[in-house]
Amino acid sequence: MGRVLLISRLAGRDLRRRPIEAALLLLAIMGATTTLTLGLVLHGVISKPYQSTREATAGPDVVATAAATPPRYGGWPADLAGLEAMAQAPGVIGHSGPYPVTQAKLGANGRTVTAHVEGRDIAPASIDQPKLTQGNWVRDGGVVVEAAFADALGIGAGDSITLTGLDRESGEPVASRNARSYQVVGVAVTAAIPPYPEVPCFGGFCLAEAGLVWLTRADVQSLAPKARSLSYVSNLKLADPDGAQAFVAKYDPPRQNTAAAASASGPEPPFLEPWQDISEASANLVRNQRRALLTGGWLLGVLAVASIAVLVGGRMADQIRRVGLLKAVGGTPSLVAAVLLAEYVAVALLAAAAGLAVGWLTAPLLTDPSAGLLGRAGAPPLTLSTVGLVVAVALGVAALATIVPAIRAARTSTVLALADSARPPRRTAWLIALSARLPVPLLLGMRVVARRPRRVVLATVSITVTVSGIVAALSAHAGIPDGASVLDPSRADRLNQVLLVITITLLALAAVNTIFITWATALDARHASALARALGATPQQISAGLSAAQVLPALAGAILGIAGGIALIEAVDPDPVIAPLWQLLAVVPGTVLAVAGLTAIPARLGARRPVAEILASERA
Amino acid sequence: MSANASLSYVQPALRTHGLEKEYGHGAGLVRALDAVELEVASGETLAVMGPSGCGKSTLLHLLGGLERPSAGEVWLAGRRIDQLSERALARLRRHAIGFVFQAFHLMDELTAVENVELPALLAGRSPHPARRRALELLERVGLTDRAEHLPSALSGGERQRVAIARALSNEPLVVLADEPTGNLDSAATLDVLRLLDSLRATGQTLLIVTHDARIAATADRLISMRDGTFVEQTRLTRGTTRQLGELAGLEG
Repeated sequence: MGRVLLISRLAGRDLRRRPIEAALLLLAIMGATTTLTLGLVLHGVISKPYQSTREATAGPDVVATAAATPPRYGGWPADLAGLEAMAQAPGVIGHSGPYPVTQAKLGANGRTVTAHVEGRDIAPASIDQPKLTQGNWVRDGGVVVEAAFADALGIGAGDSITLTGLDRESGEPVASRNARSYQVVGVAVTAAIPPYPEVPCFGGFCLAEAGLVWLTRADVQSLAPKARSLSYVSNLKLADPDGAQAFVAKYDPPRQNTAAAASASGPEPPFLEPWQDISEASANLVRNQRRALLTGGWLLGVLAVASIAVLVGGRMADQIRRVGLLKAVGGTPSLVAAVLLAEYVAVALLAAAAGLAVGWLTAPLLTDPSAGLLGRAGAPPLTLSTVGLVVAVALGVAALATIVPAIRAARTSTVLALADSARPPRRTAWLIALSARLPVPLLLGMRVVARRPRRVVLATVSITVTVSGIVAALSAHAGIPDGASVLDPSRADRLNQVLLVITITLLALAAVNTIFITWATALDARHASALARALGATPQQISAGLSAAQVLPALAGAILGIAGGIALIEAVDPDPVIAPLWQLLAVVPGTVLAVAGLTAIPARLGARRPVAEILASERA
Repeated sequence: MSANASLSYVQPALRTHGLEKEYGHGAGLVRALDAVELEVASGETLAVMGPSGCGKSTLLHLLGGLERPSAGEVWLAGRRIDQLSERALARLRRHAIGFVFQAFHLMDELTAVENVELPALLAGRSPHPARRRALELLERVGLTDRAEHLPSALSGGERQRVAIARALSNEPLVVLADEPTGNLDSAATLDVLRLLDSLRATGQTLLIVTHDARIAATADRLISMRDGTFVEQTRLTRGTTRQLGELAGLEG
């Protein structure tokens, strides 16, 4: 107990002694844990509201749809008999429908989009009765619009829309006699299809970027060009809802390879879709965000490790001196290691808890599926595996941060540790020789680089990771169709928001890293800088040299980062689009300028420390 | 001779007037230098002796522009330097002042020759002439065969000889040496002593702060300091030098 108390006190006092470093460390680990949490929980954001929508609408376990085939493929009507048979199949304990479905052009607020129009009874259905979020249920001349679709179109109860029936053969609206104005009487959610803008399919007939509206059966029949062209949908309730996928596997027949082959054998049998697939399709809404967040989370994790390595490296000399003191007063290497570990574990656990909380609370803001599913998403439950992974990453970082100083602590002799000579600078002869030919600021910068090659590697890695993330984000942004449809804006906006959040977080962490590294370099090189000033280097030359020491790895990192970003987007995106060349080229000078700007202040401060004081207090 | 009295020379290389330096505030105020008047003639070797904390090193730092005085003036070769900007002071140090420190202050990652050529490179000289000059200086201090060695591979005396060579790199007007033998054993001290004596013989202006009477004995003039002021000045002759040397136990 006494030992634990001692370790806690020593660790606590060291953290309090350096509160800014502790706060920066906390922020660095928190950046990584927050983004990782966001990526992991985002998938759960959709599944929870889908369940609540399913319960509120008496959602079907299986949706059976049958479509009429176009005239050139035989002109077969929808397989109503097949739908009736499905309703009687073993395991089915209830059904609603079949309801007629047709396709139409929908005009609203000056925009025209495609819609599936489902004919419903005025009386509520026992299975899949859409839940109204606004207004009333269908009546003759009154349309109810699926909530996410209404949200994207910017319409609500009381507005008017026009519907023009579509001829499936040509895809063009039929004669204007079928065009008609309808009043939006209600807005509703359903669990029978994934929310807009997911592509809904009826009888194997899918319309990209189409939404769903409900009319009365009579209105649908008047909208369709011919009665034979109607598709139908039935909603089935199973005795075993969890066995929906097995039911579908059993009853959904193998399909003909071509429409021509299908037309020869008669109407297409009904298509079956289990509720689990609909739930998964709902999750597709955030698929890209999730992919971006997970990738961003790992990138931030690498940056956090780099930040921590820099912080730990910067503290190394101080810690080794402290180790010497602890050992001099009787502390064992294990005690010293335990104190270091306790410090980092305390910060890591706090960062993990904060990251989990922030990520968990932020996730619903990024995907707000309330328009398409019942109720706001709310904060999804944190699974044990998510918590475990995030805490493990944070603790892993803490362990990594502890290992090197702990090993050095064990190996460094007490006298050497107290003499502060445990970290002599490295000699990189070729860099020193090369630097002699350069102007003074570059000479000083190259020699600073040559002293700590590992820190340069960290700086390069940090910039490479950041630029990779930026290039990947730019590429992901370039892959979003710009104004290609009216359906995408909400999803595109959300993806853009996610990309922006990741990019800002990456930039913030990289900026913190750059400042850490510059400050650590300035502290580490303070003796060399003071000596150079005593020998005639101006403070401006010293500060430019310290900046140059960061800009050189930044330049290398920016170039490597472009290649890394392209590789990253190709690895995570099945249909990668690379950012325009001008953007890629602009990243390099942009990075160099940003790093030069960020390093200016710490380098300037580092170069202005009193020469005599440093030379008087430090050994050669 | 009375304290704070100055000796006049036709062309002083260094001059101070009413030089003061204070550290801290209020109850913690420490007066490191108090109204110091000093003149060092061109080509003169001046030794400053005194107990630890008497202000010797502070004086050296003020003369070299490494610190700024609280009051008073510092003149170098007829130019007032205590009001110069940091940049101007750096340029001045580059060409007019060479430093030799007790702790050597060599760059650990640079070889002997790279350390010696550094001031020349900082002054903007091309690498080849800078290297040539550095090798010449290393030859002069007897370290030609150690030119490619890192400081960690050199003895204390060798390191200080490298530091002296570095101080001479840009042919400075004044060399300021702070306890140049403070970290050396007797043999190494003798090497440095001979080197400083040879510098004096070439007319190099030298100001040496030291505890070591043997070093002080090589000077033209000796100033004793206590509590931030000059308490005594002695003009040394060969006889006096011999006497001081004998007092210090130096043979010959």
